[in-house]
Amino acid sequence: MPTLSEADSKRLLATHGVVFPDERQATTVEGAVDAARAIGHPVVVKLGGAGIAHKTERGLVRLGLIDDAAVADAARVLLAAARPEDGEVHLLVAPMLRGNRELIAGLHHDHQFGMTVMLGVGGILAEAVADAAFRLVPITRRDAAEMIEDLATQKLLGPFRGEPAVDREALAAVLLGLSAAAEAHPAIIAADLNPMIIVDGRPVAVDALVEMAG
Amino acid sequence: MSGSARPGFDALFEPEGVLVAGVSTHPGKFGFVSLHNILASGYQGRVFGTSREAGEVLGVPIVASIDELPDGEIDLVFVCTPAPANVDLLRACAKKGIRAAFLASAGYGEAGEEGQRMQSELVALADELGMLVAGPNGQGVVSTPAGLCAQIVAPYPPAGGIAIASQSGNFISSFMNYAVQTGVGVSRAVSAGNAAAVTIPDYLDYYAEDAATRVALAYVEGVPDGRGFFERTQAVATRKPLVLVKGGATAGGQRAAASHTGSLASDDRVFDGMCRQAGITRAATIEEAFEAAATFATQPLPKGNRVVVLTTAGGWGVVTADAIARSSLELTPLPDGLRAALDAKLPPRWSRNNPVDLAGAETRDTIPEVLDLIAGHPEVDAVIYLGLGIQSNQAALMRAGRFYPDHGLQRIVEYHERQDARFAAAAAAASAAYDKPVLTATELAVTHPDNAGPVAVRASGRLCYPSANRAVTALGHLWQHARHRRLHQD
Repeated sequence: MPTLSEADSKRLLATHGVVFPDERQATTVEGAVDAARAIGHPVVVKLGGAGIAHKTERGLVRLGLIDDAAVADAARVLLAAARPEDGEVHLLVAPMLRGNRELIAGLHHDHQFGMTVMLGVGGILAEAVADAAFRLVPITRRDAAEMIEDLATQKLLGPFRGEPAVDREALAAVLLGLSAAAEAHPAIIAADLNPMIIVDGRPVAVDALVEMAG
Repeated sequence: MSGSARPGFDALFEPEGVLVAGVSTHPGKFGFVSLHNILASGYQGRVFGTSREAGEVLGVPIVASIDELPDGEIDLVFVCTPAPANVDLLRACAKKGIRAAFLASAGYGEAGEEGQRMQSELVALADELGMLVAGPNGQGVVSTPAGLCAQIVAPYPPAGGIAIASQSGNFISSFMNYAVQTGVGVSRAVSAGNAAAVTIPDYLDYYAEDAATRVALAYVEGVPDGRGFFERTQAVATRKPLVLVKGGATAGGQRAAASHTGSLASDDRVFDGMCRQAGITRAATIEEAFEAAATFATQPLPKGNRVVVLTTAGGWGVVTADAIARSSLELTPLPDGLRAALDAKLPPRWSRNNPVDLAGAETRDTIPEVLDLIAGHPEVDAVIYLGLGIQSNQAALMRAGRFYPDHGLQRIVEYHERQDARFAAAAAAASAAYDKPVLTATELAVTHPDNAGPVAVRASGRLCYPSANRAVTALGHLWQHARHRRLHQD
């Protein structure tokens, strides 16, 4: 089952209203340094490509790069880490977003009910906590609002450690965007927005993965 | 099969005449039991029987050939004959104008390849004959408006507003046993058996339009056509409350999935989301499902979630408040106007907040008056009333003791029992007057079902909840449904 690269996944989902940070692609170390300057430090640099699905597990994400030298170092190491089976690769440069809360959202094809939209509590404990709500595609605005209400960890959605409450309208828009993407592209069999970091109360998907049938 | 086979459903649930095929003279056989149950439960239409040998069973003349039966006088055939005989049987029935069949016969889809072949044949035959074929391998059909108890098991329930469809025949019995126990009755009940031609959503479609039914109650295990199930049950739930309990909820675990989303997707979580989306009231257990359905059948829907608890003693109120805190309901702060009105009725030791704890301060008319004040207040959406039957419980001890009826015991016993009956009636009256749910809970409903309090609750047509927690759970289901209806109708 082919997966789209992170950049292509984001492009596809962005056309349906999912919000991503200002990111740039580069193919060289110099290009990555320029991109980081344009975005403003600190930045994240990742190695992207159609064959690369689980970057974190492979150490292909470098966080908190504070100046040109750090970006250049990271870019060199990442390009060198590419394997032949990764195919064509590139560097993704993105702003380093900070937030204490992470959510996860996505699409999943259920064997009984077909395509579903999911919202869950994210972070490294996501699968252990397993606080997640599903609905069948397509969803209404009301369904999206109720998915948010269904999460058991409601305290995480209110004002939290000096950060404002999660903007539920903005979060609902992400879920509606995923549903719309699934409707528009029947070949999608799975998608992950993981994590979505809550930045000033708004969900920003810092990674995306779309899996297509075929 | 779609719900377009409506005439067949009328023949199943409101038959003009019933034929039992495969009548037995042995009182242990299905062919006897089903005939017995039809005759013993007040069915007013004509009853016929066929068997290999002509004769008479339970006063019903039994013919050896369907050809000997009158034309156009029978709507429903209840089939107890072996599977290989049923194709010819149903063809002969169709010629007599029979439009619906319930097959108790086993040996179909549940019984290997040959059984599956016969089941496919049965479905094709149903289509060809335009006959509604329920089952096979089911326990039967009950329809109280028709006085019909065409089933191979007990009980025959009291009449009421709950319509049941189940993939497991035994849960039909379980739900109906609760109906007998609580007095909250049933309109229709059908065991779908193998659901070869008529599926659970088909029955639910009928219930949604059925004037005798206020709430549908279903038990399902597998859902073969998930998308179709969702769309059809959603359509049902927009018309009537649909309470559903699913067996095998924990069976389907997470599968190995490439995506993180997939790793969080268990069958149960997806099913749960589907229910929320469709507006289905999903219950965790059989008794919770029955109590939710009984509440939909006998209480008005709440317009909001502000609950007041009325209790005659402190601890009950505290525990009920805890249960409300864990639910979607709100233990509403007592409105000032209501507090002032209660102050005028009660001595100063009452709680002066919600729960309204009378702390033993009640006199003869306190409870009916306070129930009316609380239920009538515009900022209260529902009431839970605790403490019914305490005095009648004491009365029972006095009545059984050796001092009765002297020392004034007879008089006080009768007074207590009258009072508890009055309180139960007052709860129902307040509910009806203000069109709000008023739920009465006491363990006496199950520990001492003859107590005058629970007896009077049953007489009022309502459910007497066996605990405050269960009343809170049932009321929570009503509120979720009312809210879903309002919010999803935009």
